[in-house]
Formats: sequence, C-alpha cells, structure tokens
Amino acid sequence: MGSIAAQNKLANRGNRLDFEGATVRPGNVVTDGPYAEIKEIMLGYTLVKTDSLEDAIELAKGCPVLNMGGNVEVRSIVEINM
Amino acid sequence: MQTGKELIPHLFRTEYSKITAVLAKLFGFEHIEVAEDIASDTFLLAAETWGIKGLPENPVAWLYAVAKNRAKDQLKHRSIFTQKVIGEVKQNSAGLYEMDIDLSNENIVDSQLQMMFAICNPVIPPEAQIGLSLRILCGFGIEEIADAFLSNKETINKRLFRAKEKLRKDHVKIEFPAQSEIDKRLENVLTTLYLLFNEGYYSLSQNVTLRKDLCLEAMRLNFMLVENKSTNKPAVNALLSLMCFHASRFEARTDPKGEIVLYEDQDTSLWDNELITQGEFYLNKAAAGNEVSKYHLEAAIAYWHTKKTDTTEKWENILQLYNKLLQIEYSPMAALNRTYALAKADGKQIAINEAEKLKLVTNHLYYSLLGHLYTDIDNEKAVSHLKMALKRAKSKTDKETIGKSINKLLMQL
Repeated sequence: MGSIAAQNKLANRGNRLDFEGATVRPGNVVTDGPYAEIKEIMLGYTLVKTDSLEDAIELAKGCPVLNMGGNVEVRSIVEINM
Repeated sequence: MQTGKELIPHLFRTEYSKITAVLAKLFGFEHIEVAEDIASDTFLLAAETWGIKGLPENPVAWLYAVAKNRAKDQLKHRSIFTQKVIGEVKQNSAGLYEMDIDLSNENIVDSQLQMMFAICNPVIPPEAQIGLSLRILCGFGIEEIADAFLSNKETINKRLFRAKEKLRKDHVKIEFPAQSEIDKRLENVLTTLYLLFNEGYYSLSQNVTLRKDLCLEAMRLNFMLVENKSTNKPAVNALLSLMCFHASRFEARTDPKGEIVLYEDQDTSLWDNELITQGEFYLNKAAAGNEVSKYHLEAAIAYWHTKKTDTTEKWENILQLYNKLLQIEYSPMAALNRTYALAKADGKQIAINEAEKLKLVTNHLYYSLLGHLYTDIDNEKAVSHLKMALKRAKSKTDKETIGKSINKLLMQL
C-alpha cells in the first residue's frame, strides 16, 4: 500500500459524507458486488454460538419468560416455518 | 474419484461457455440459439450417457467431439450456407462437409475474448450487454442474472429477449472491435467479470454459497485482459487485485464438511499469502496513471480485509474508502456495506439511522443488517427485521443462518 498512499490516491481524507437521499445516476448500471462486510463478516455475529440442541435448551431455561409462567419452545432449525 | 454427477456441473462451468463461444462465432449472432442449443444438448447427453455407461476416458474430449458432430449436423440440416461456409466446403477435395470446427485452445481463448467484446456492443443497453454476456459466456441462469442486477426474472427475461432480437436485426458480427471501440466496451466487459466473480464469491440463489469455479473463471478471463496489450488498463488491474484479495481466503471460508466459516472464525494459516501478494502487485500496477476507478477503491477495501484486525483504524479506513466509492458511483449494495463499516467505526445507533434510509426492501441482506444492528439495542425490532430477511432469503443456507439468529434472539427476549 506504500506506493499507492504516496501517490495520495487512496489517502484518508477525513471528511464524512452523508448519503441521505443519494440516488443512482441515470445511465449507471445498478449491480450487486463482492462486498465482504455483510456477506463474509457480519453474518457470523448473529449466529447462535451453541452447536447442540441440548445447549440451546439450557439457554432457553435461563430465559426470563419461563419465570413468568410463559413457555419457550426450543425447535431445531428444520421445524421453522419458512 | 469423481462420479459423473459431480464432474458434469464442474465441466459445465468450464467448458459450456467455451463451446458456446466457438459455435456462436461459427453460426453467427442471428443463430445464437443454435449454438446454445448444441452446447446444452451436449451436456444433456453427457448427463444421460455417463450415468449409465460410466465416465469416458477423456470427458472433455468427449464433450467436444459430441458438440462438433452436432454442429456439423446442424450445418447440414439447416440452410445456413453463407458464402464463407460454401467457400470452405468447396475447398475440401472430398466434397463432404469436412468443416473443421476448431475447438483447440488457441481458438477458444480468442473466441471468448472476442465474444466478450462482441456482446458488449453499444447497440444494446449496458444492462443487456452484461446480462447477455453472463448468460452466453458464463452460463448464468436467469435467477443468477437477476441477483446480479438486484432485479427480478421477468425483467431479465424481457431484457435478454429484446437484446437478442436487436442483435439479430442489426446483423451484429462477432469480432474483436477496433482499438477505439475496445476502450469504450471495456467497462461493460469488466462489469461482466465483476458479476461473475460476485456470484461465485457469494451465491444468493444456489445452495452452495461459495462457488470457487466461477471466481477462478473470472480471474482467468481478467488475467487474459491484463496480458493483452490493448486491454491492460489500470481498472483491469484493479479488478484483478480485488479478486486476488478475496480469493486468498477461499480455503479458510469452508470447513471440511463444506460449510461456510465466517471471517472471525477463519483460520488465517489457510489464507493464501501468495494471492495476497499478487493482489498487492496488481493494485500497485493499477495505481499507475491518474485514474481511480471503483475497482481501485473496492480493491483497497478488500486489501484491508486481508488483515484480520478489528481496530478502529481499520474500519475508519474502510469507511473512508466506501465514502469515496459512493462519491464516484453510488450503488445500494455499496451503501449497505458502508453502513456496516460505519457501525464499526462510529457505533450502531448512527448506523441504524443511515441504514433505515436505504430502504432496500427486496433484499434479504438489508434486513439482515438491520437485524444485526438492532441486536442488543432493541431485540424485538431485531427479530422482526430478521423475519423479513428470512422471507426474502432464497438459498437454504441463507435461510438456515437467519433462522439460527432468530432462534438465538427469541431465547433472549
């Protein structure tokens, strides 16, 4: 990255830009892209860390709803109504 | 040992476009369906025959032999006799249709490049150029093309149909354009390769999320452009750099079971340092001259992801690069991913505000991001966003991932 930074092409300019209401230029081709943040990085953070159903049941037992007389059902993924 | 069932999809990826390209050149654009039909029929026959009789000794040669024979049959049975064809037939002493359909490596390399530039003809709109290229050159299904354009199947079908009609009507020839034309067409050729890589990097419709062969094909074609004097431009090098950086993690992105391993869990010893170095090489080449294209910026962002740190400095840099990218060319998906970087750099609340303005209501990743941002801030909202994401998700893998996230949050409510 040294030579590129030296040419000041990709330097950190420090200016924040607000893209509120930004629209696509007419004639611009709107596409998807290989952006890593969501497709490769983010999707991990919301994954359940327990691997087994038993662990998930233990977690559910700690759920406050149970203490108020409610019911928490732990279902395996395949039973989710999609 | 690979069975016929595993081999055919792989060969489809690598050989379908090559066969189609050569045949399309042979039959001309007016008869492009013939080229596509022959290629499809060849693979259909392979699927039927190999399952019963087992794999031939040389599967690729088998495919080419069948495609050749079918092409010859088509030439005989249809009245596709241009002067060129008749002339060549006359030259043959045997008087038979010994038309030599050259599927050798030289012709293929040549035809694929020609095909790319020929299809990206300004008589049809850019989206059609790229869509047609993805269909014919890359073997994309209509759904994959729709995903690439953040669009739907009906729109894509119409678009492709009209494009073929127009090319047919205008008798567009498949040939490598003049130098002045190359520069004008290069942009859409690059977008095609970008979208080919994108589908391989993360498939939204297929159950296999990471499709390495598509990425490798994109890199191979991009490399061809870099090696060719007339197309060795900064943006071309920048795109190849981007691809190298992302590809460096492919080995770490799937576990031995074939399941996706997310970034924070990836074993960095499996990251390909050679590919990272190659990426840096091409990025430096791309920095020659004064041009900064979107690919330069995306490659620079991808460069940051080859460093597995989670520092504010990293995310500040990525955020600035996204800001610059959006200035050059605003795109909804870039804006969406920029919002993730914003959350990392400036906190979730400010990112939530910006994310909600985007309103990308047909995209499951949009709702996934909102679900992620609202997690631990307002879990009820997080769940409702993730449920929307589940509705929009298409692949089984994506649905399972989202389902797990919902489960986890429901247990905390």
